[in-house]
Amino acid sequence: MLEYEFMRHALLAGVMVALLAGASGYFLVLRKQTFAGHALSHVGFAGATGAALLGAPPLAGMFAVTVAAGLAMGWLGDRLKGSDVAVGAVLALAMGFGMLFLHFFTAYATQATALLFGNILGVDGTTLYLLAASSLLCLCALAMISRPLIFASLQPELAEARGLPLRLVSMLFLAIVALATALCTQVVGVLLVFALMVGPGAAAQQLTRKLGRGVALAVALALAETVGGIVLAYRSDWPVSFWITALSCGGYLAAAAWRHRQTRRSPYKAN
Amino acid sequence: MSAAPAIAFHDLELGYAGRRILSGVNLQIESGRFVALLGPNGAGKTSLLRAVLGLVAPLRGQIRVLGRPARRGRGAVAYIPQRHSLNIGTHLSGRDFVASGCDGQRWGWPWLGRRARREIETALECVDAVELASRPLGELSGGQRQRLLLAQALLGKPQLLLLDEPLAGLDVLHQRQVVKQVDSIRQRLGITVLFSSHDLNPLLGSMDQVLYLAAGHAQLGSVDEVISSPVLSRLYGAHVDVVRVQKRIFVLPGAGGQAHA
Repeated sequence: MLEYEFMRHALLAGVMVALLAGASGYFLVLRKQTFAGHALSHVGFAGATGAALLGAPPLAGMFAVTVAAGLAMGWLGDRLKGSDVAVGAVLALAMGFGMLFLHFFTAYATQATALLFGNILGVDGTTLYLLAASSLLCLCALAMISRPLIFASLQPELAEARGLPLRLVSMLFLAIVALATALCTQVVGVLLVFALMVGPGAAAQQLTRKLGRGVALAVALALAETVGGIVLAYRSDWPVSFWITALSCGGYLAAAAWRHRQTRRSPYKAN
Repeated sequence: MSAAPAIAFHDLELGYAGRRILSGVNLQIESGRFVALLGPNGAGKTSLLRAVLGLVAPLRGQIRVLGRPARRGRGAVAYIPQRHSLNIGTHLSGRDFVASGCDGQRWGWPWLGRRARREIETALECVDAVELASRPLGELSGGQRQRLLLAQALLGKPQLLLLDEPLAGLDVLHQRQVVKQVDSIRQRLGITVLFSSHDLNPLLGSMDQVLYLAAGHAQLGSVDEVISSPVLSRLYGAHVDVVRVQKRIFVLPGAGGQAHA
């Protein structure tokens, strides 16, 4: 398997993306902002196809548009709550524009499937370096903001009173999530980002009460599911994206079942 | 210790966008006191606490906290907000929740040194919550969560503790427990407490003074000085009855008004 360069590239790219997706996904689930990950990937689709239409690299267009959208969502913050119809309409519009850009850009018919469902087996050397660099950059940024991010998520009013700029924290975090989302689309595509961003983080929250352990578990699960998905795809000749979504979903269900059993055994009753 | 009052309001006027909530507030809260912040809904209790924290700028006048102008990010001022959003992080252990407040406003990785860990354990012991702390937040009752919030507020060795309606949603027994706990912490650590509440009865016997807000005005004094029909009638600008039944006190604002204590 490893004798093929495309497999080596795929595995390395998967590892780089999974590291960031697992870590940022844990916080995304903690803050109950999982919908943001979904939304950003849809907006990114328009960015990628728009860039392709203009002759620019699709990944660059996706980076630019998702980060801009992430910053805007962080800026708006709580004002987005309750406006799900408006958000949904904007998402649909973004997908619509993506489709329109593809329509004009007829030279690339396969591009649509790659963007929507991922194409990790087609990652070339240059893209690999780009993925690795942006993933490591985002991980460093996430580590830098993690302490205030946790405080602002759990105790927003107290954090504000202690002088923490809540809006800045929210914007920085969603910018990191935006880049993570754009990277994830390289592996599983726009439509399946949820599996890689949310599945591992949600499963980790079922498995541990400890914050630090939760982040570590989310990263481990994301890595296992991505690498596992690529290997299973190689063996079965089924699509990578299918295997990753199946493993992510299975991982979450197993974690939830484990939690359910633990709770029934727990000596404490909620009151 | 400095002789500066814990909180001093000079000709304070508070409000939002043209709507005045409080005006002409001139009073001082001495250091080490347990002061109950009372008044009907919408009288400005939360706004006053937020102004002391520096989160709301006064329309006029000034606030001095521990001898310096009120400003955001003063470590010496601890705060327990009203209606803590309980739907985030319910799977996390109480200890991790409390720990998030340990220098939580500083950038960087949330590494806890030995001193920080010891401070967290001391704060948990202080509110008798060491055992609670290993359970997930979602499994705790309102009163138990309140103890964790109190432990979190004690991190950073505050000199002034502000509590916004910590008794809301608790039954009488748990209300008394929270008040007693806050009072014993005040005595042990020598801090000043400003405790907002809808009902004054759970605070009787623990509080030194009442800061009563109504109809845009404020009055500070002992329970007997403030909770009387003439004083409250003047404050409300309408007739108010004060009824005492078996060591319990009820404030009944004029015709059509609703009883609250």
